[in-house]
Formats: sequence, structure tokens, C-alpha cells
Amino acid sequence: MTINEIQEEIIEEFAGFEDWMDKYAYLIELGTDLQGLDEKYQTDQNLIKGCQSKVWFNASLEEGKVKLEADSDAIIVKGIAALLIRVFNNQTPEDIMNADLKFIDEIGLKQHLSPTRSNGLVSMVKQIKMYGIAFNHVK
Amino acid sequence: MTLDINKIRKDFPILQEKVHGKDLVYFDNAATTQKPTQVIDEMVKYYYKYNSNIHRGVHYLSNKSTDGNENARKIVQNFINAEHLHEIIFTRGTTESVNLVANSFADRYIGEGDEVIVSEMEHHSNIVPWQLVCEKKKAVLKVLPFNDNGELLVDQLDEMITERTKIVAVNHISNSLGTINPIQKIIDITHARGVKVLVDAAQSVQHLKIDVQEWDVDFLVFSGHKLYGPTGIGVLYGKEDLLNEMPPWQGGGEMIKEVRFSGTTYNELPFKFEAGTPNYIDAIGLGAAIEYVENIGLENIDAYEQELLAYATEKLSSIEGLKIYGTAEHKTSVISFLVDGIHFYDMGMLLDQMGIAVRTGTHCTEPVMQHFGIDGTVRASFSFYNTKEEIDVLYNGILKVCKMFVH
Repeated sequence: MTINEIQEEIIEEFAGFEDWMDKYAYLIELGTDLQGLDEKYQTDQNLIKGCQSKVWFNASLEEGKVKLEADSDAIIVKGIAALLIRVFNNQTPEDIMNADLKFIDEIGLKQHLSPTRSNGLVSMVKQIKMYGIAFNHVK
Repeated sequence: MTLDINKIRKDFPILQEKVHGKDLVYFDNAATTQKPTQVIDEMVKYYYKYNSNIHRGVHYLSNKSTDGNENARKIVQNFINAEHLHEIIFTRGTTESVNLVANSFADRYIGEGDEVIVSEMEHHSNIVPWQLVCEKKKAVLKVLPFNDNGELLVDQLDEMITERTKIVAVNHISNSLGTINPIQKIIDITHARGVKVLVDAAQSVQHLKIDVQEWDVDFLVFSGHKLYGPTGIGVLYGKEDLLNEMPPWQGGGEMIKEVRFSGTTYNELPFKFEAGTPNYIDAIGLGAAIEYVENIGLENIDAYEQELLAYATEKLSSIEGLKIYGTAEHKTSVISFLVDGIHFYDMGMLLDQMGIAVRTGTHCTEPVMQHFGIDGTVRASFSFYNTKEEIDVLYNGILKVCKMFVH
């Protein structure tokens, strides 16, 4: 699936939630289910600086596709990271670089995008894009 | 006297707001308090009718604004019972007040090998300025620890003070733990050794009556915005003789007597420390805020807030897995807590969805978090405009969050 197809799928899923509690309960579920990062990858280098919760991203390039893993000490943040992984995992560096990320806005998580929210969502997206740029360069 | 909370709440327009479609429950008062219309109206009035740069103006408006600013100084003087009007310096806030003292006091009194003592429960704003100064002067920063209840080990203070100690800088009330420190005892111990004391009263002026002469404190600092006043205005109280001996910190207009390229002489107190156009409208707002608070009465405020604290402590303690950080015998209306298995950020984000405003994180007191081996807490802080019903909303909100995490 393309990045846009996955985004559409997520937007559709979230449209089914009636109130905020369902939405957050789902994020908690996603966060709980996301396989975390092995401790050896929970390094300062992989740490995305967000003031309140810790988020780690690890990326590698396998057969031209970017493999992403993430972890966070806050479950909701981990749930958001899980959504980002769903969108970007197994995509090419070029597609990641050029992706127009619209689902966050549309599923009502936009408030978490403001840099002052300090949950690192902005930094997460930025970091993934950076991986895209870096791997594109390597390739 | 029992406070008429419903009437008081009407003074604060923001309390009628809805957040995410729910009634706002504002429990972030230790970060900043809301403003009553009495404060907002007074500031608006000055902008509408009297605004003009103060001091040295010859015209009507300038005199009006100058009077407003100096009247506010008078209100602050009476509020903390300072001996002299010129011992009240207006600053941008607590942080700037500490920086002013740290820099100016250090210039005059601190040299290589000298010592500054702060406590382990200080806000970063009463740590970092001293670290900077100690680095610059090659002085030593020492730390007075607290116990696991969040009570300062004041008995160790006398032992820590040496003949190289120049100043002890401590808070009256901890912003993250709510502890009310035995400030008179700290001042007495320190003064007995001939050392000066700075008290950070940012978290106490809005709860407790302070009398700087009774305390005999050398410096007292606080902010306007935690005292129901505007942001951007704060106070430094200093004893006259100390302030006179200390050099100016910032240079500019207002703070000079005569400017010559061969050498400039400085204005008298308090203007020596107020370089540039003063923030007079906010000073006037602060004056109005103090009058508002005094009208209600700090004793009444404290009694009611203690009631809220006791009620909230009992309710929250009954939640399984909830741990309160800061269990000192003497506390103000601040509860820092964590619930087992739930990150403070998740808790704060979900409570926000229910219209409840709490603060999460380290509360600018990382050493306090390190003491307990945690990354942060959820902090609910209550003001006299809060109600027990709102505490019930918080209690039910936390239960709801816990339930979401069980699945």
C-alpha cells in the first residue's frame, strides 16, 4: 500500500469513533500492542527530544525500503508512534521524503502537533523524514 | 469567615469557559493563577485613559501613570510590610529578581572559594542563576537536602554554613511538592552565622501572609502572575543597606543620575535597579491584584485552600495505585502524584480531554524528580476559586483514566 492509501485507511478507522474516549482507548491499544525497542536501541542517539515523554526511533534500510521501530515511556505517545510506523514502514526513502502527512490533522491529533505540546510528535515526523533523506542519499 | 465561592468565581471570567465541550476545571494554579475582572479592568482603564511613559513627564497623563506605578509600589510595600518604599524593586518576575540578586550581590560580596547554599527542592530559577554566578566567580554551590516526605533537613543547615558562606537561597513553599518550609527557623540559623538569606516566595505570597520585617529576611522575590496579577511583573524586596551597597545590574534610562563619558552616576533606590521604561501597567495590575486578595483576606484564603487540600488528599489517596509525592506535615494546596503504570503525560492528556487542566512533567524542579527517581509527576494545584465539586471531577477523571488503561 502507498503512504496515501494507508493514511486514508487510518482516517476511515478514526471516523468510526464516536467520542474522544474511543479514540484515545484505541491509541492506548496501539501503544500497548506495539512491540517496543530492544534496550540496546534505546540510546541517546535514537532518543527524540520531547520535554515530557521519551520517544526512541530506530531505522534501517533493507532492500531499498525503510524499516522503522519505535518505543516510548508514555503509552499514548507510543500509540501515535505506532500510527506513524504503520504509515512509513516499508516505504522507500523517496516516498517518505515526499509524503504529505495529512492523517494527523484529519483524525483530530493536530493539537499534538504544535511544537509547544512537547510530546515530540513534530520531532518524530521530522526524524522520520530525516531518515528518508539520509537513506535516499545512501541509496 | 466563610468565603462565598460562587460569588468569587464570577470575578474570574475564564472560569466560565468550556474546554473540549466540558466545564473548565482549572487546577494549574501553581503555574499561574487566573485574573479577576478587578485586575483586568484596572489595566484596561490605564490603557484607555491614562497611558503614558512614567517618571520625568511634565504632562497630565505621565503624572497619572507615574502615580499608578508608585501607588502599586506602596501597595506591595504594605502587603509584605517592608520598612521603606524604595526597598520594593519591580522586575519581570521571580526569575529576574533572583538573577538580579545573584549577579549584583555576587559582584559585591562573592569571590573565589566562597559558598552559596540552595535547597534540593528549589525551582530551576533559584538554582541556575546561582550556578552561573558560582561558575563565574569560582564559588561553590552547596545543596541542603530534603527527606522523602519532602521536608528540608533544616537541622543540617548550621553544619553546612562555613565562614565562606555568603548567602542561603531557599523557597518558602515548594512548587512541585507543596511543602511549606520553616522559613523563620532557616533565617534565624543563617543570620546567627552572619549570612544573608534570599527567600523565593513565588509559591507563598498568594497563600500566606508575609512580613519581611518580622522575618528579618534580606531578600524576598515573587511574581505577579501567581498572585492573580498580570504576567511580566515581579518584585524584589531587599534591605535598604544591602541594595545601596550592591552595584546596578542592568544599565539604561531611569537608573542613572548623570551620564558622562568620563563616568556615570546612578540613581537612588529603587530606580537604580529599574533600567529602561518600567512595566508600569502590569505593576498597576499587580497592585489591583493584591488589593483583591487582601479584600478576601489571606487568612480566609489559606483556611479554605487547606480545606480543599485535605479533601483532595483524602479522595486521591483512596485511588488504588496512586502515590502522592510531597507528604510534608505543613503543605499548601498542591498535590503531585503518579498512578502505577500510567505515564504522567498520558494522564495529563486524558484529563485535558475532560476539561481538567493539570500540569505534568518535572515542574522545573528536576532535582526533586531525581530525589524520588522519577521523570515527572501530575500536579494539581488549587486556588480559593476552586471547589470540592471540581475535586470530585478530578477524582472521577483519574478513575476513568485508570479504567482506560486496564483494558
